[in-house]
Amino acid sequence: MAAGSETNLNNTNAASGHVNVLFFGQLKERLKCDKLTVDIAYSLSIKSFKHMLVEQNPHWQAWLEERDVLCALNQTMSSSDELVKAGDELAFFPPVTGG
Amino acid sequence: MSISIKVQTMDFSVGEQHGALCSNNKSDGAVVTFTGLVREFSSGDNVIALELEHYPGMTEQLLRSIAEQAQTRWQLARISIIHRVGYLALGEQIVFVGVTSRHRQAAFEGAQFIMDYLKNHATFWKKEHFKDSSNWVEFKQSDKQALSKWQSIEQDAIK
Repeated sequence: MAAGSETNLNNTNAASGHVNVLFFGQLKERLKCDKLTVDIAYSLSIKSFKHMLVEQNPHWQAWLEERDVLCALNQTMSSSDELVKAGDELAFFPPVTGG
Repeated sequence: MSISIKVQTMDFSVGEQHGALCSNNKSDGAVVTFTGLVREFSSGDNVIALELEHYPGMTEQLLRSIAEQAQTRWQLARISIIHRVGYLALGEQIVFVGVTSRHRQAAFEGAQFIMDYLKNHATFWKKEHFKDSSNWVEFKQSDKQALSKWQSIEQDAIK
């Protein structure tokens, strides 16, 4: 946790940069995309980030915003109001089906 | 206490895993192992294979965290979890969970707890391949219900 908050502080000071976005499972297949890099000028919520992706790719809306999509920020399950910062890894995926 | 987590395309030997859990282990009187296999699904067409993908890095962390949670609830000296990914034909092994404990009840419950949490939380996605088509497997409510028994036990313990 301590390492995480240190990273947060650094990123707040230099807010612009890349976010690495990953997609898995059916979502990856439907969007025809497994990863992309997005430049952001300031930190924003996951919900706003998703909205930004949909604005750039309108045909993604049905899959990203209207379906039961889960999200992990820096490999930790996250809710849509958490903040995405430069340097973060953000993953979207459907409910898990392993085992 | 030891935890071994592996996510791999390779098959595994249940015998070898069992051997490793027992080897140089004089304090534990119980070993429980579970092995999951690719099966023909009853609904619709017959499955000929499964394809499994995962989120490298996050999956291993989640599996370790599930094993650690199990160790906080039961005295489980050794835990081994193996989950395969990639293309798996009918009958192949998908997942292995093995635990050791002093007594059988902790070992039985610990292994079941790990499988129930793995099914609900570990970042794997399964696609069924049929003769002429394929289909992503949907999350099952029954898997979620399986968790509720551990959560209600937790609530009872708090009371």
